[in-house]
Amino acid sequence: MSHILTMIAQRLALGVVTLFVVSLIIFLGTELLPGDFAQEILGQSATPETVAALRERLGLNEPMHIRYLGWLSDIVRGDFGESLANGQSVADLIGGRLVRTLELAAYAAAIAVPLSLMLGILAALFRNSFFDRFANASALSSISFPEFFVAYILIFLLAGAGGAFPATAINISRGDPTFAEYLHVAFLPALTLTLVVTAHMMRMTRAAIINLLSSPYIEMARLKGMAPMRIIVKHALPNALAPIINVIALNLAYLITGVVVVEVVFVYPGLGQLMVDSVAARDMPVVQGVALIFAAAYVLLNLTADVLATLSNPRLVHRR
Amino acid sequence: MTKLTTFASPSRRGVLKGATAIGAAALVTPWGTPLRAQPVRGGTLRVGMAHGSTTDALDPGSWEADFMIFQAHTRNNFLTEIAADGSLVPELAESWEASADAATWTFTLRSGVEFHSGHIMTAEDVIASINHHRGEDSTSAAAPIVADITDMTADGMNVIFTLSAGNADFPFVLSDYHLPILPAQADGTIDPNTQDGCGPFRIAELEFGVGARYERHDGYWKEGLPYFDAIEQIVIFDDAARQNALISGDVDYIDTADLNTVHLLERAPGIEILSVTGTQHYGLPMDTRAAPFDDVNVRMALKYGINRQQLVDTILNGYGSLGNDHPIGPGQRYFNTELEQREYDPDRMQFHLREAGMESLDVDIHLADAAFAGALDAGVLFAESAGAGGINLNVVREPNDGYWSNVWMQKPFAGTYWGGRPTEDWMFATAYAEGVPWNETYWSNERFNELLTSARAELDDDLRREQYFEMQQIVSDDGGIIIPMFAAYVGAYSDRLARPEQVASNWRNDGHRIGERWWFAS
Repeated sequence: MSHILTMIAQRLALGVVTLFVVSLIIFLGTELLPGDFAQEILGQSATPETVAALRERLGLNEPMHIRYLGWLSDIVRGDFGESLANGQSVADLIGGRLVRTLELAAYAAAIAVPLSLMLGILAALFRNSFFDRFANASALSSISFPEFFVAYILIFLLAGAGGAFPATAINISRGDPTFAEYLHVAFLPALTLTLVVTAHMMRMTRAAIINLLSSPYIEMARLKGMAPMRIIVKHALPNALAPIINVIALNLAYLITGVVVVEVVFVYPGLGQLMVDSVAARDMPVVQGVALIFAAAYVLLNLTADVLATLSNPRLVHRR
Repeated sequence: MTKLTTFASPSRRGVLKGATAIGAAALVTPWGTPLRAQPVRGGTLRVGMAHGSTTDALDPGSWEADFMIFQAHTRNNFLTEIAADGSLVPELAESWEASADAATWTFTLRSGVEFHSGHIMTAEDVIASINHHRGEDSTSAAAPIVADITDMTADGMNVIFTLSAGNADFPFVLSDYHLPILPAQADGTIDPNTQDGCGPFRIAELEFGVGARYERHDGYWKEGLPYFDAIEQIVIFDDAARQNALISGDVDYIDTADLNTVHLLERAPGIEILSVTGTQHYGLPMDTRAAPFDDVNVRMALKYGINRQQLVDTILNGYGSLGNDHPIGPGQRYFNTELEQREYDPDRMQFHLREAGMESLDVDIHLADAAFAGALDAGVLFAESAGAGGINLNVVREPNDGYWSNVWMQKPFAGTYWGGRPTEDWMFATAYAEGVPWNETYWSNERFNELLTSARAELDDDLRREQYFEMQQIVSDDGGIIIPMFAAYVGAYSDRLARPEQVASNWRNDGHRIGERWWFAS
């Protein structure tokens, strides 16, 4: 087992390097955008004098490597800095929203992962049947529509007059909803995300299992007279886990980082809108803070996927 | 054209379409009875807003979008207030008087005005609040409008403003949303990030880009106001989500209704549409220093090449009125009623082109929907109509991101919007006077600038009217901006809410004062 711990340690160290590179790329990318914070935040009402005074006050006249290094040295000390726009601490700005984003991601994942695994296994079991085609076609069509369209269709069907669910998640930011209330209010956003990510995971499950079904050991099991469902769950699935875990990890990362459209349609106060607003205003400390969170989500989920994939493979666990 | 429309009856889910609230002095039923019942106390008003960014800030100098302007009027008071009928009434200042040259103004403050923190307003608070926007290192968007103030002195509860030149409209300037009165600190400055104020509501919760919750300020000095116990302000960007929230009862009021679907919203039970046309206008400014726009005949040809009625009908879906290439709205005090409405006329286009020595003309117009909603569509319609008169207009699509810093006032022909200003002088001085930072057409007209200065200090009403009439004529005939339309503010509300007969048109949301002017129908 010790080599797995070594691997985790190595990957975490690499992850830190990745975060550093990401922050550098984001910084340079934002610098390349036309206009700076002072111009963007003053917008139509900018005058040369106020722009100059604002730049001076916020230290935007410093050369860009000085500003980047200043930000970096703060980060190393665990200080995310303050928003240029309103002086609020970036950690505070991100904190509450990160929790809400993670809650929604967890909710969606709790529906999507079991659902897509089950559908994938059943599709492999009854491959080329009507069920297989139907599951494939509906999963593919829900992923092919833009998210906001899926969201509107769900609102039309499940909310509105006489609908069972609220059309917006406004009530989430109003007071402290109980767990049951949360599940009710956030159901439509979670379902929208589920529909968007299910196809990918389901089809990977199906493909990975079908790929194995032609192997000699499966044929052996079949010749022994084992039931098809048992063959798939007991014999094929464990060997197909590695690619499935990878796809699940990627989709979970997407649930955290890619939900801005769903946030806007359902008025869900998560991280996505914070990122969009900050990029539009060139509010560098916030952009960097959110980007680091997103990058860290990818790094950690990929690491988890690799560890799980390794653990699912006895040849890698008991290496000699 | 703008018509003054009145509601037929209180029960009708009617639309105050194209109505100009300024000047519509008496909105009463044909029977002469008042439209609404007596206001009652209580309830939490939930407002869905189309704007609100995580980059909003408490500093009054940074306010420029609806979320903070709404908060400004909910949490704060100003020295003067623009009433629903467009007239100026006292707020924190009880009264004011000017010297004969209108260059020295004495404002007498109301005594006993209590801030949310319990502090009682003094003259020092007023001076500190205005000073926040003045000075060399000011980062305030309001710096240009207070630039005329050379000195402020306190004398008991009087504040004496000395201006660099006479300005008969100075009390209007002090109603600007950037200039709330905030408590002074020991060092004579305000803390720009304070959440304090002396308005009808105190901030209970605030998360930028998400929303805010306000609770009634029980020590508010306006007798019996406000009616609501609390207000929730919720940011809902998505048009469909906002309308859904209103229909499903998650909010009581939305500040912006999508013009493409407002006719459907109108049919929903229990929903009323509120549409007021005031000073908000959309325009297409040309750089009058750059060829070919330096030739007034080219500008005239373009002005005749735009089909205004078509733009109002399609881009505004009828919620607006025709513009006449000057920025003064039909409800304003000195609106030039004698100026002929400019119409689409390809023959006159060609006449002006020939005068400019051209057969045809190719020009680019740089647009993005950041300039105003529907700007790109408006550009395409303009290109279509201008083509008939020999002008080949090429619409260049610019990114929304960075539009105000990279396109507006940078490209010679672009798009713009103005929320408008409550007085003629303020609007002209902001964007039409020679050399001011927002003179977006880089226009300079000697006669106009002369009139601007003389009308500003003129205290005789008839003489002022004459001068402002002439200025509108000059801008319309010589100016560098095409102003095809005045856009209405279109919102919607549940019939649980009740409102005064007259709704202000200087801003959305009843001049952003819905919090202290509206109430729940019992």
